[in-house]
Order: sequence, then structure tokens, then C-alpha cells
Amino acid sequence: MSILVNHLDHIYNPGTVFEVKALSDVSFSVDEGEYIGLVGHTGSGKSTLAAHLNGLMKPTGGGIYYNGVDIASEGYNLKELRGHIGLVFQYPEHQLFEEDVFTDVCFGPKNLGLSRTEVEMRAYDALKAVGIDDDHFYVSPFDLSGGEKRRVAIAGVLAMKPEVLILDEPCAGLDPAGRDEILAVADELHDSLGITIILISHSMDDLARHVKRILVMNDGKLVMDGTAREVFSHREELEAMGLAVPEVTAVLADLKKAGIPVRDDLITVEEAAKEILRVFGR
Amino acid sequence: MIREITLGQYYPADSVLHRLDPRVKLFGTLLYVISLFLFQSFTGYIVATVFLASLIAISHVPVKFMFRGLKAIFILLIFTAVLNMFLTPGRELVSFWKITITIEGLRFAAFMILRLTYLITGSSIMTLTTTPSNLTDGLEKSMRWMNILKVPVHEIAMMMSIALTFIPVLLEETDRIIKAQQARGADFESGNLIHRIRALVPILVPLFVSAFRRANDLALAMESRCYRGGEGRTKMRPLRYERRDIIAYLVLALYIACIITVGILF
Repeated sequence: MSILVNHLDHIYNPGTVFEVKALSDVSFSVDEGEYIGLVGHTGSGKSTLAAHLNGLMKPTGGGIYYNGVDIASEGYNLKELRGHIGLVFQYPEHQLFEEDVFTDVCFGPKNLGLSRTEVEMRAYDALKAVGIDDDHFYVSPFDLSGGEKRRVAIAGVLAMKPEVLILDEPCAGLDPAGRDEILAVADELHDSLGITIILISHSMDDLARHVKRILVMNDGKLVMDGTAREVFSHREELEAMGLAVPEVTAVLADLKKAGIPVRDDLITVEEAAKEILRVFGR
Repeated sequence: MIREITLGQYYPADSVLHRLDPRVKLFGTLLYVISLFLFQSFTGYIVATVFLASLIAISHVPVKFMFRGLKAIFILLIFTAVLNMFLTPGRELVSFWKITITIEGLRFAAFMILRLTYLITGSSIMTLTTTPSNLTDGLEKSMRWMNILKVPVHEIAMMMSIALTFIPVLLEETDRIIKAQQARGADFESGNLIHRIRALVPILVPLFVSAFRRANDLALAMESRCYRGGEGRTKMRPLRYERRDIIAYLVLALYIACIITVGILF
């Protein structure tokens, strides 16, 4: 599995007063088994990029190659592509529509034209993977809690057995317990099923803890691409874009400024705690 | 595909038409629509065409936006034209099997298409150059006399204003739901009619749920800001006629006079 994004451009409503350049010259590649974070302020083009990766939008310039084939080419099977690259939208629970949870999760695999047994097996596996219990299978999706609804919606995409899963702000509007659950599900999918994950998020702390590589978007351009540690070493640049570094990284940097000799390239709370203890000699 | 519906969509630009008082535009549109039915002759269409074309020219809205609204009624147009063509009695032009096309029918069909096209385009000019809030303001003020008849004018205007502001919101929502279901492999473009209608369920159910949720949120937000209807409410920007509005009324009067003259003479 490989995805190559090559000089991708997208302009909304070209030639009118509504014209917006949403993506401009974006290039990067994704390899199998990666765990990538995608950040950027609101309107920086993250969601537009996600929609392109799934073939929902056509590039106005450049191209996207999945396993070496241009997905915008004539006659390319987009339905099959959507089975390989799963996209979970923001507030995915807003797409639930069936009478019960299980039937809703079956919607995706059924659209792929699989046999009934295969569809139901996949739906079962997907619901189990996101931690929904059997006794919730036949209740109306509208009766679930916010976090459960979202996990069911994610299962709906997961049941298509994607190799790549793009999660667009999966934690938005959830309580701390709900967000931990969702991120634990993402980790689990990556670690034990080997699914490549692209996580779009505004929480630098979540990204520091979960992803290996971070892509930073600003005004439709890809401005940084590197490991989490590399990206978070550019505090000023990130802040100029309306973003931030993880809170502990900021704390360490301030400690250093105050004359305490700590390393300031650490990004998780655990690392930082160890470092501070080391400096104070305990 | 969903963005092609322009009815009720404002196009921001700087033109005389944009700055006109919404009451002038409302009244003008009404008169214009009536005027389209006041003549039966080719000459009348020349007058209407000149009027419409000059409006489009001074509106600073790209012409293609004007005609986008027509796509929605394309089938209606064809249907009307065909019915008129075959069912109008008169001198025979061509005849085959049981169907006869008459000269009168052809003429009538052509006029009907022109009339509907002009009607939609004319109304599009109004909605494209007037923000929804301006439009309902104008409507509320010009309909105020109906309060005497116990018609809740303010409430109706408020409902219209909410409906109009929600059109783009719900269009965007629909777009998002369509994309989300497509990401789950849903197919809206192939299959027979029944298949396609059934394919709408995954869009319509979430759309209705979302519309109800929004309505509920909006009602709460209005309540929490002590909204109690129109009585004693003042406007932040009260509507006042300016010089250009008077001139616009004069131009309108001139146009109507032309149309009536043409209607009588030809």
C-alpha cells in the first residue's frame, strides 16, 4: 500500500467572487503502517485534503496516486478505492440512519457488493473492534450516547476493511473519557490490525502521545512534514500559524528560559516528568 | 450538483441593484412578473428583454448565475412547451397519427417558455442582489398594513428569514452527508428509478435529524435571548428610501407604461 500526493491543487468556485484556493501545491507520501497526524487551523485545507484522498473531490491540479495509479483517471473504480481508504468525517454520528446499530454498520460492506455472511461478519468484527457490546447491536443508533454513536459510525467505515483510515477530528465535542476511548480504538487498529492511520486533530497533546509523524497545513499549503519531535521543535512557527506545541513542551521551554537545564525537545507528560526528576537529581 | 440551485442565494457584489431598498426590489419584481402577462406580441418581448438585459448588466452578477435557476425548472419548461404545442387548437402545421401541431400552438409554446424563463431570471436577480435578511425586512415593512387583518406579519417574516438563512446551511449539510455516505460506498448515480429513490434514504434521514436538531438549538438560543415576537421591536438598520430608490420607482413606472402601451398597440 502506498499513497503519493503530487503537487495537489484545489480551487473552489474558480472564476467567481466565491473563489477560494483550498489546497495549493501539496505533496507528500504515505507508506504502509504509518500513524500520521494532520494539523492546521480551521480552514487550512485539512478536510479538503482528506476528501481528496478518498476520491470524493477531484483535484483541480496535480494528482493522487494509490499504489501507483492516479485515482482521478478515467474509469478508476472509486467505490473500490473507498473500500481501501476509509474516511471518517467530522461528527460521523450525523450520518447514522438505519433502524438499528448493526444494520447501519452493514451499510458500507453491503455497498461493496459482498455476500450477506461476509457483510455480517465484517460488521460484527468492526463493532467489536470499536468496543460496542452485543446487547447494543439491535438498539436504535439514535438512543446511544455521544461517544457510542461516534464509535458505531467509525465501525461503519471500519467494516469496509480499509487499509488506511482517515479520522477527521474524531474527538471533537466528546468528553475526556469519550476521547480517550476513541484514541485507544485508533491505537488498537494501528497496532494490532496494522491499519495505516491519518488522524486530523487540533489537540497537540493527543498527537504527541499517539502519532509518529505530523503534517502541518497552513492556508492550503503543506508547511511541515516530520516526526512529532521535529515538528514540535518549531514552537514560534507553529504559534505564528495559530497552532501550538504540547503543553509540556511549552513548560519545559519556559523552565529552560528560567535557567533550569532541562531538555526542551520532549513532547509527552511522561518524558517530561522523567526529565524534570533527572535534573533535580531524584 | 447540489450547489446549482441558486434560488434564495445571495451573490455579494457592489452595484446599484445591491444598494436599492429591498421594498423597491420586491415591488419591482412583482410588477415585472405581472407585466410579463400583459402582452401577447413579439414587440412586448423586445421591451421585456431590453429591461431584463439592462438589469443583468447593471447587477454585476455573472450571467451564468442568473440562468442556473433555470436548470431546476428545465423539465417544467419542456413539459409546458410540449403540452401547449399539441393541445392548442388552430391552423394545422404538421400532423401525424393523432397528433397535430398548430401554428398557434407553436407560437404559444415559444411564448410560454420565454415567459417562464424571464420570470425565473427576473426573480433570480432579486434574490441574487438582496441578502435574505434585507429581503425579509423589506417584506415585513411593506406588509405591515396586514396587521390590521390580524395577520402575524412579523412572525411570518421571521419564519421566512430563518428558512432563507437555513437554505445554504442545509445545502452544505446535504453535501456533507452525501460525501459521508459516498465514503461508505453509497451509490446515487446508477441503477433504476426505485433503486435511486431508495438510495436517498441514507441522505434524508440524517438530514431531517439534523434539521430538527438545528431547529431545536435555534429555538433555545432565541428563547435565551428573550425573543418574544415583533411587538415593540426596533430595527438596527431601519429601511429608509433614498434618492436612488425614487429613481428606481420612476424607471419601473416607465417600464410598465411601455409594456401597457405595447400591449394595447400590438
